[in-house]
Amino acid sequence: MTKTCTFTLDGKTIPFEEGETIMEAASAAGVYIPHLCHHPEFKPHGSCKLCTVNIGGRLGAACTNRAADGMKVESETEALNADRRALTQMLFVEGNHICPSCEKSGNCQLQAVAYHLGMMTPHFTHFYPARDIDASHPDVLIERNRCILCELCVRASRDVDGKNVFGIGGRGIKSRLIVNSASGRLADTNMSVTDRAAEVCPTGAILRKRHGFTVPIGKRLYDHQSIAEVPVAGMKEPRRD
Amino acid sequence: MIEPDVCDLPGIVERWGKDPANMVQILRDVQESCGTIPSDTLDQLARLLGVPRVRIEATASFYHFFHAESHGAYEILFSDNIIDHMAGKEALKAYLCERLWLEPRKLSEDGLVYVDDTADIGLADQAPSMLVNGHAVPSLDQTRLDLVAELIRAKKPLADWPPMLFEIPDNIRLAGPLTGDPFAPGAALQATLARGSDATLAELDAANLRGRGGAGFKTATKWASCRKAEGEAHYVVCNADEGEPGTFKDRVLLNSHADLVFEGMTVCARVIGAKQGLIYLRGEYKNLLEKLQSVLARRREKGLLGNSILGEAGVDFDIEIHLGAGAYICGEESALIESLEGKPGKPRNRPPFPDRCGYRNQPTVVNNVETFACAARIAERGGAAFAALGTPQSTGSKLISVSGDCERPGIYEVPFGVTVQQILIDCGAEDAHAVQVSGPSGTCISYREFDRRIAFEDLPTAGAFMVFSRERDMFEVARNFTHFFAHESCGFCTPCRVGTSLLRNTMDKLAAGKGSAYDMNEMKNIMHILRGMAHCGLGHTAANPVVQTMEKFPDAYERRLKKLDFEPAFDLDGALQTARLITGRDDEWAHLAND
Repeated sequence: MTKTCTFTLDGKTIPFEEGETIMEAASAAGVYIPHLCHHPEFKPHGSCKLCTVNIGGRLGAACTNRAADGMKVESETEALNADRRALTQMLFVEGNHICPSCEKSGNCQLQAVAYHLGMMTPHFTHFYPARDIDASHPDVLIERNRCILCELCVRASRDVDGKNVFGIGGRGIKSRLIVNSASGRLADTNMSVTDRAAEVCPTGAILRKRHGFTVPIGKRLYDHQSIAEVPVAGMKEPRRD
Repeated sequence: MIEPDVCDLPGIVERWGKDPANMVQILRDVQESCGTIPSDTLDQLARLLGVPRVRIEATASFYHFFHAESHGAYEILFSDNIIDHMAGKEALKAYLCERLWLEPRKLSEDGLVYVDDTADIGLADQAPSMLVNGHAVPSLDQTRLDLVAELIRAKKPLADWPPMLFEIPDNIRLAGPLTGDPFAPGAALQATLARGSDATLAELDAANLRGRGGAGFKTATKWASCRKAEGEAHYVVCNADEGEPGTFKDRVLLNSHADLVFEGMTVCARVIGAKQGLIYLRGEYKNLLEKLQSVLARRREKGLLGNSILGEAGVDFDIEIHLGAGAYICGEESALIESLEGKPGKPRNRPPFPDRCGYRNQPTVVNNVETFACAARIAERGGAAFAALGTPQSTGSKLISVSGDCERPGIYEVPFGVTVQQILIDCGAEDAHAVQVSGPSGTCISYREFDRRIAFEDLPTAGAFMVFSRERDMFEVARNFTHFFAHESCGFCTPCRVGTSLLRNTMDKLAAGKGSAYDMNEMKNIMHILRGMAHCGLGHTAANPVVQTMEKFPDAYERRLKKLDFEPAFDLDGALQTARLITGRDDEWAHLAND
């Protein structure tokens, strides 16, 4: 099916189908808009706000705003990227992200987005929250220090695995990843290493055990190319139109 | 000793129709009868309701009034608005804690009492105030707290406490069309049925009624759009989650003019074709629940609610009351709907707006308490009579909740367009230096702007009007508000979740005398991020108090700055204190050189 409607993104004409979001249409056209909580396989969430774009003078998340015919959208501006950098810095200081000791380094979207946006320092004062690690499960590890509350695991477990293993508890800065068991331990849920939720985490918060460093640092996804150059981040196949 | 009742879970679940959408109400009832929401209760609820435990835990851990640990037989929560602070809240709290031999946020050793803070409880005209097991006690002073301490030590059940402790006067200082004129229940409905729905909408349109929650969306447009929207059912929701610090007008409307509010909802139901209405009453107003239930019962008896209202076949409508559980964000309409559906109160992605996709994903009108009261008056008297008061863009009257440094705090029903100065004269605020209009998310104005007007086109307001005299420190006002927003951020989006905490921490840094011009600039940057990128109104406005006081009362900040360029938040020498304690050293070499 050919797309008849178009909008412009930073001056470039982007075709879209009725009902598509700005993010979906841009990804299909091969244009990268920075994001973390968005994943093409799951329902748009709109919480990380990294994909905020200027839609005809109004700011909005590209992942939740639908494209409209003739709309003018700006994304790659100095101002927006500065704001995105600040959001990324907020995510860094909110948790405890120690890249050199993290297994996800090089495959981590948070780290890759930070590099892409030219983030050189965390800028803000660190919160250094006390968060726990759950190593109870035989095959899957939860490292809450690295959780950015994108809810991709929540969505994957609920919508794809049909299990509801994950959820977000608490409120505000005390929000935290919780699991579906009275003990609060992952081992006491029906989580399986083959679940979609086990591999969807954009950071190193949910990791498969015994796979550490099978791909050496230096040969990982974002080691030699920017996250903007990886074709439609997180999508394995090209988009079908 | 008061023993907590045994919790009848199946009974509670049954009472709420075994519907997981009523989770907040179910959890409220559990907590009320058990005193806590224990972890194993969540598992039992999951089994009884057939929903995953993790979802119930998400809801149970979101709301401030729910807790898994025991808060004893008496849970005391002090209202923490700046107005309470000005009225001596901190000293009174310390006084009560001393009388009861306990520390705040720590269950007393005998497991009897727990004392903590909570966001403004809607009694700024009778500050300081507190909640005892959810029941409001206003106008605190040492004498009243002595009595409270005595009652607690005697382990007297709350039901046997002297009623005078819980008496809450309306304090209506200036009445108007909503609060002053008599209303015969049924009058607005009769006029609506006689006139028909189209003509009623036309009256509402002619009245140019705009939402009283502060945003000012045109009510006729909202109702017409909801009426047109297709769905399995239409719903009317009354937003009585009056959480904006300094606001208490809905408390008064519901206490003394509930018929007007319920009638407005029923008129709306008739217009949009709804059979069910819900009123989301903030948990802090639990003391109003019984009274409101009795007004609803009376209206059912009189044929103003239920089936065949006023004898007309097919005109069926009823109203259910849901209570909140301590979450300011639930005043945001889509968060309120999430809460009504038993979930954490996190604002939805919009569009679609509730008029098309609201409660249970059906077309829903969500209006403020005062808006429904106005709608009832318009249905009763016509749009022209309503629009005769106020300004062309802001018609009718507005209930203003006045508190702070004035002689007569309370409710002032004023015509829109009134100046701030006029209200200050009316309430006896001779020494006013600043006014926070519409609460922390509103506008801070200085004495130079007292000629500004209360109107959507100048100073829009949900009703709060907090007066600060010359003696008040506007920095502390703003700092109190940053603590409020950090506490109330739902945590959904990055900018608000992290940004509100960064703001709070920076204001605390300044308060500790460690601030610099760098920090002032940082706060402006955070404001920019919040305003542009936050998910909802809470985040958009969370930095307003800081930025506005910075601009209008720069002295309050400048005298706190230690250096004009940069001062780290981290105290290097202070960090060595633990090591000094461990090693028992305090000599010169155990300290870093002072610069």
